[in-house]
Amino acid sequence: MAGRVVRYLRIATLWGAPLLFIGYLFVYPLTRILAESLTGEGFAQLVDRERFRNAAWFTIWQALVSTVLTLIASLPLTWALSRFNFRGKQLVRALVTIPFVLPTVVVGASFHDLLPQGVLAILAAHVFYNVAVVVRTVGGVWGRIDPRVEDAAATLGASPGRVFRTVTLPLLRPALASAAAIVFLFCFASFGTVLILGGGRIRTIEVEIYQQAVSFLNLPVAGALAVLQLIFVVAALLVANRLQRRIGFDLAAEVSLPPPGPRHRLSVGATVFATLGLLAVPLVSLVGRSIERRGWAGLTGNAASALSPVQAIGNSLLYAAIATVIATGVGLAAARIIERRGGGWLDTAFMLPLGVSAVTVGFGFLLALDQPIDLRGSFILVPLAHALVATPFVVRAALPLLRSIKPELREAARVLGASPSQVWKEIDFPIIARALAVGAGLAAVVSLGEFGATSFVARPASITVPTLIFRLLGRPGTASYGTAMALAVILAAMTALLVLLIDRLRGSEAGTF
Amino acid sequence: MKRLMLLVVLAATTLGCESDEPVTLTLISHDSFADAVDESTFASFTAETGVTVEVLAAGDAGAMVNQAILTKDNPLADVLFGVDDTFLQRAIEAEIFEGQVSAIDYGDVCINYDLEAFTSAPPPATLDDLTNLADQLVVEDPSLSSPGLAFLLSTIDRYGDGWVDYWTTLRDNGVLVAPGWSEAYYGEFSGGAGEGDRPIVVSYASSPPAEVIFADPPVDEPPTAVMTDGCYRQTEFAGILSGTEHSVEAGQLIDFMLSIPFQETIPLTWFVYPVNEGAELPEVFIENTSVPSDPVQMDPATIDENREQWLEEWSDIFG
Repeated sequence: MAGRVVRYLRIATLWGAPLLFIGYLFVYPLTRILAESLTGEGFAQLVDRERFRNAAWFTIWQALVSTVLTLIASLPLTWALSRFNFRGKQLVRALVTIPFVLPTVVVGASFHDLLPQGVLAILAAHVFYNVAVVVRTVGGVWGRIDPRVEDAAATLGASPGRVFRTVTLPLLRPALASAAAIVFLFCFASFGTVLILGGGRIRTIEVEIYQQAVSFLNLPVAGALAVLQLIFVVAALLVANRLQRRIGFDLAAEVSLPPPGPRHRLSVGATVFATLGLLAVPLVSLVGRSIERRGWAGLTGNAASALSPVQAIGNSLLYAAIATVIATGVGLAAARIIERRGGGWLDTAFMLPLGVSAVTVGFGFLLALDQPIDLRGSFILVPLAHALVATPFVVRAALPLLRSIKPELREAARVLGASPSQVWKEIDFPIIARALAVGAGLAAVVSLGEFGATSFVARPASITVPTLIFRLLGRPGTASYGTAMALAVILAAMTALLVLLIDRLRGSEAGTF
Repeated sequence: MKRLMLLVVLAATTLGCESDEPVTLTLISHDSFADAVDESTFASFTAETGVTVEVLAAGDAGAMVNQAILTKDNPLADVLFGVDDTFLQRAIEAEIFEGQVSAIDYGDVCINYDLEAFTSAPPPATLDDLTNLADQLVVEDPSLSSPGLAFLLSTIDRYGDGWVDYWTTLRDNGVLVAPGWSEAYYGEFSGGAGEGDRPIVVSYASSPPAEVIFADPPVDEPPTAVMTDGCYRQTEFAGILSGTEHSVEAGQLIDFMLSIPFQETIPLTWFVYPVNEGAELPEVFIENTSVPSDPVQMDPATIDENREQWLEEWSDIFG
């Protein structure tokens, strides 16, 4: 009897937590804001005006090209990091993650120095931001492909290129599709990067939504654009879902990696140095500016304003902790449902917040979240918004691994008398524990760097590091500028430390995911 | 009977409690004000009335007005402060206010220039002068930025229908358009902390004194100066949001914001000017900036009526 209650409770939590989370924090606010703003006239304008058609076209093709370029640029480094063990590897992995959190307004200046404003600069910045997504999502699977499978193909006479095409690539396909989906959504919803590097003439749907909603207060057109955005995002996710189908191949639980042999030493070294070198240019110029502008003095003795860097750092860490706990719990439950019940729709639902405009969600929060408790001014809304963006990363990290678990193994365990919870504990959990650690790490990183949604829900007392940087850059003076640069360096350092810590916690001496 | 008595007593106590309970007012404003507020800002108001004030930051002025309109049925705050003349009409038409709004402060959007770049050549003095300079000016996108829109309005006021030609000339002479103030001032402008190479930027009349106050290492004189022609005056208003349960206290708060002690804190907290002429300006403001000559002000209804059209035409010039 008691066992049955526990069982029901567990099922209720497993289904309830993700559904309540995505329903209350995303579906409901989105429905409310769309219901408030949609009119026939809004759609008519959308069809009529050339600028919207241009924005839609540009948004799609730049997101596709950015995604392909990011995959190409990231694969060599992913290979080096997931196939070999070498000294300093964890540090490399941590450094690669830094660009992901840096505010666009800070990075924009660096790219600006290197490339003329235009499409090329936008694409380069998108690659810069998203290398970490590929390295961490694809690396997890690549590191657990048994090298003996590839060796067998090579022994049978396949060239290295052929081994990659016919053995490795098909095995990586689900993870690649997963990473590509995330990168695509980020680039699709790109806002700050497009504004700063586009020279004022290039617009995405996201920029148009912001402009219609905030500058013109034209909600019908903003709402129609939001629906358009939603349609594209859902279509993209459906394609990605097809590509991610179960591969029916078991990944190794543990693969011990060799140091690069004489054949690979040069290529691994060159790959690592080349990628780090490219990523480092904007970072080095950032550190340089923070010192040159004496930004470090302003962090503690901040006479300039009531905005306290120390408080913002504290807030950022606290929110990252809360958001990570929520996102990991909800994401794990969601991944379980998706994997077991084939809940592709749930998968899509959790990915949607990445591709839907922060303005839409932010305004939706204001309309919807006053019942039953008025959350609109509460600090808790900040970590909740962060968790909303972070959960898909946990799902992404867990799914490919969950899907690679052999069903026969579960059945065998059950036949031998294992209870469902025992099966979960003994078979599923060990394999996904590491993926979860990665998901949690990414969730914390997402939370640290989140800006769009936070700027809509933060009160002065709940300001985070990225919002503080943005505010400091909103007023004149060498001290404001210097402090903002120093804070960006601190944000970068916090991220690197966090990633190092998580890699350490995973006990990744074997160097897997 | 006894029971009834008890009820009455209970009710009286409850009511009594309610009226004694300290009132907290929520003031919704834009980020630049919310960032500048600290404990001392409303301390004397709280001491006088017992009412505490909590500030809610709501993004830029446009985002704030939109939030207030969307949440009209269950308002986020009791008082709204910081709506400027470009959004005032929209806010009034949406009926978010109870009663009249009051002007609290004003700020002038003016051309700023890098003093170092104009040691031999004379700096630009009029809007006309800007058309003779190649690749020197950076402006903000008027469809995304409030100073950007103010500068556009100033040129429309000056040139009438000829404003399109004026901007076409600016474009042909290599004017640079940045999405917002930060990107223009820090990314493209060469003066002060700017990392760019453009010596002329659209900013505020109060930017030079801010360069002195927020300088590290300290400086005696600002590295930048203001062109006094072609400035646009933005006035900021405060109003009681309809639906508040504390209209009386909300009215008291607005009165306080108009009083001299509060008005005198305005320049150094968020770098605009007090409307109350009795308020004295701080030294650093008087010394380090020039007073705009005859700044433009436009009727909120005119702006509201034409804004989209103007912005559309402006985009066409650059599209």
